[in-house]
Amino acid sequence: MPERPKSQTPTCRYSESVSKRNNTPALPPRPPIAGDWAEVRLHVVSGKGGTGKTTVASALAIALATGGRRILLMEVEGRQGIAQMFDVPPLPYEERHIAIAPDGGEVYALAVDPEAAFLEYLDLFYNMRRAGTALRKLGAMDFATTISPGIRDVLMTGKAMEAVRRKDESGQPIYDAVVLDAPPTGRIARFLNATSEVGSLAKVGPIKKQSDSVMEVLQSPQTKIHLVTLLEEMPVQETLDGLEDLKVNQLPAGAVIVNMLREPRLDESALQSAREGTLDAAKIESSLATTSLPRHLKIKEITAALIDEAADHAQRVQLERDERHRLDDCGHTIYELPELTGGVDLGGLYALARMLRAEGVAQ
Amino acid sequence: MTSETSKTSETAYPQASARACVPEGAPDLDIDGLLANPDVHVIVCCGSGGVGKTTTAAALGLRAAEQGRKVCVLTIDPAKRLAQSMGLTELDNTPRTVKGLRYSEGPDSEGPDSEKPASEKSEAAESTGHLDAMMLDMKRTFDEIVMSHSDAERAQAILDNPFYQSLSSSFAGTQEYMAMEKLGQLRASAQESGRWDLIIVDTPPSRSALDFLDAPKRLGSFLDGRLMKLLSVPARGAGRITGRVVAAGFGVFSGVMTKIIGAQMLRDLQTFVTSFDALFGGFRARAESTYTQLQSPDTRFVVVAAPERDALREAAYFVDRLAGEKMPLAGLVVNRVQLVPLPELSAETALAAAEHLEDNNKDMTTSELLRLHAGKIQSSRRQRGLVDRFCSAHPTVPVVAVGALPGDVHDLDGLREIGDSLAIG
Repeated sequence: MPERPKSQTPTCRYSESVSKRNNTPALPPRPPIAGDWAEVRLHVVSGKGGTGKTTVASALAIALATGGRRILLMEVEGRQGIAQMFDVPPLPYEERHIAIAPDGGEVYALAVDPEAAFLEYLDLFYNMRRAGTALRKLGAMDFATTISPGIRDVLMTGKAMEAVRRKDESGQPIYDAVVLDAPPTGRIARFLNATSEVGSLAKVGPIKKQSDSVMEVLQSPQTKIHLVTLLEEMPVQETLDGLEDLKVNQLPAGAVIVNMLREPRLDESALQSAREGTLDAAKIESSLATTSLPRHLKIKEITAALIDEAADHAQRVQLERDERHRLDDCGHTIYELPELTGGVDLGGLYALARMLRAEGVAQ
Repeated sequence: MTSETSKTSETAYPQASARACVPEGAPDLDIDGLLANPDVHVIVCCGSGGVGKTTTAAALGLRAAEQGRKVCVLTIDPAKRLAQSMGLTELDNTPRTVKGLRYSEGPDSEGPDSEKPASEKSEAAESTGHLDAMMLDMKRTFDEIVMSHSDAERAQAILDNPFYQSLSSSFAGTQEYMAMEKLGQLRASAQESGRWDLIIVDTPPSRSALDFLDAPKRLGSFLDGRLMKLLSVPARGAGRITGRVVAAGFGVFSGVMTKIIGAQMLRDLQTFVTSFDALFGGFRARAESTYTQLQSPDTRFVVVAAPERDALREAAYFVDRLAGEKMPLAGLVVNRVQLVPLPELSAETALAAAEHLEDNNKDMTTSELLRLHAGKIQSSRRQRGLVDRFCSAHPTVPVVAVGALPGDVHDLDGLREIGDSLAIG
């Protein structure tokens, strides 16, 4: 038998870097988070693939950190999406200061590695790091972290929970909130419920206790699951289905975040004319004639092309509006983020964070 | 639905094709050549989530069927819309015949078998293509494997085991194993019955395209591992452990496991593993043989991406991996590229003209139209740059680009249109 656990209560020795921080004296007091999600400590960001979950999670972390707060941004799928987003080398399994936010805020990042999290878990709850090494030799590590991804999900959510609960010596939380870049909508309920799934297999024992306490926080007002969507048919449908799924599983849905919104580039009357095919070609031609366009381009051709492009644009705008209306009745807060021409770079990320704040995400 | 078809004005002007998004030197992906190749029996569509894999798979299936192949499309993504677009109320674990095909050759352009169930097809129809579609039901597929590989009593014991129930229905990753398994079954059934000569498979919506290839191998290495042996020992030997090495290993192991999961859960787990032992062996052999078949010359991989940084990076990983595994790559499909009418009117020129109109406070609508055009040119240029990067790192990979549609696909015509774009590039 390996050594007995030292204590029944978790001692938060999740990783070397963390354990050092836990012994540090009280951090300077920080102002509490204000805004739409003041009570929320764990923000889970999900959405259909390709909708920009990592972008939104990163912008949300910066938005929440703005004004002197400390936020942990976590990723769980081993894709190093955060490092790419913030343009830094791949993240090790360690909480790293990754960005500053306006007015003294700090964003930390952590890419959770399932195997390291498992070893940590054994160490933390059972003081069995050496046993972990033995398990690895037996192939149990593969079982725990890949073959049976349920356990992997438990470790990931457990780690997020630990970060949420961790406090400094004065009792102030180390992080004001944790933002989790989570698996896609189709898997989110399964991901978050893995803990209760495993918990139900273990009717008694430490894993049961652990799973109960994780589920308690996951199903509390301290947690919100935000869904990122595009204003396209399939992502919107998946979002509505996802909200239903969360409800059935008693998981607290937060906001719906519409990403990459195409702003109408034409005013309303032009949009309508473009849609109906009644844009005044003669007027466009005469306006174009006053500009110094290169001679090899025929004004008539340009006009025809511009009118077709406008019709296409008007059709897309209309489709987006129809999809937006489908979200109106979902009963959740909706935030909108525009499509950034040129893609999302670090500067764009801060711009998105400002927009989230302006929409009330945080104050 | 593309800008080519939605033209409202009369005057013709030069159109940039989707091909403009692909660098000059890159070889073209010949979709019709691929679909017509009688030696190709399996096409695997892969790529990261949200790039249009499922739609691409369906469009390829429809096009192949209308050109005379007997096709089965296996999708993983439960998109209701796609089922409806193929005229099916729902997709399930049984292949269903898609009606309303239009044959490019043959006596009847509407397709003689379009209104009849698959079993009642006339002889004439047999010579033309048909399209079946199905969606992977991972729990049902798993249950069927259990039932077909053990006697009724044993099967029931497995089906009732809480570990089995979690594994088969809740745990992510099972989907990849089951997709492989189903592909193997479809292949076997195609060879036996001749019902299909082309299977097009869409891969699970994982964040990483590599999961599809890795999951079965992980299963194999796990099953070969000592853990499985350890777990099955006590139940087999009724608590008596024979070898000293095994005994020592199991001592540590059961100690740890009891502590973590509790004695009762460990017992459930052991029962599960023991009763699953024989089955797992067969399963591993099949997963391995399906994996090997993916390397065979009758299989082709079509890697799907969107013209975005992340999706193309993922596609690049996958292409490299396929080369490493000696799995045959057909090429890359770049979906949803920005189509630009009149590419000769550059963004800079359009913006200058727009500014001129704004400065003189003239016709704001025309200046907005010019800015709209400039935006399209810029985003097309950015996409082109991303595709360029992929192509210069992978100069031999054939590529085809498909223009963005304003909306989702609602019917066979929509799928047909995507098929056309895929073939034309």
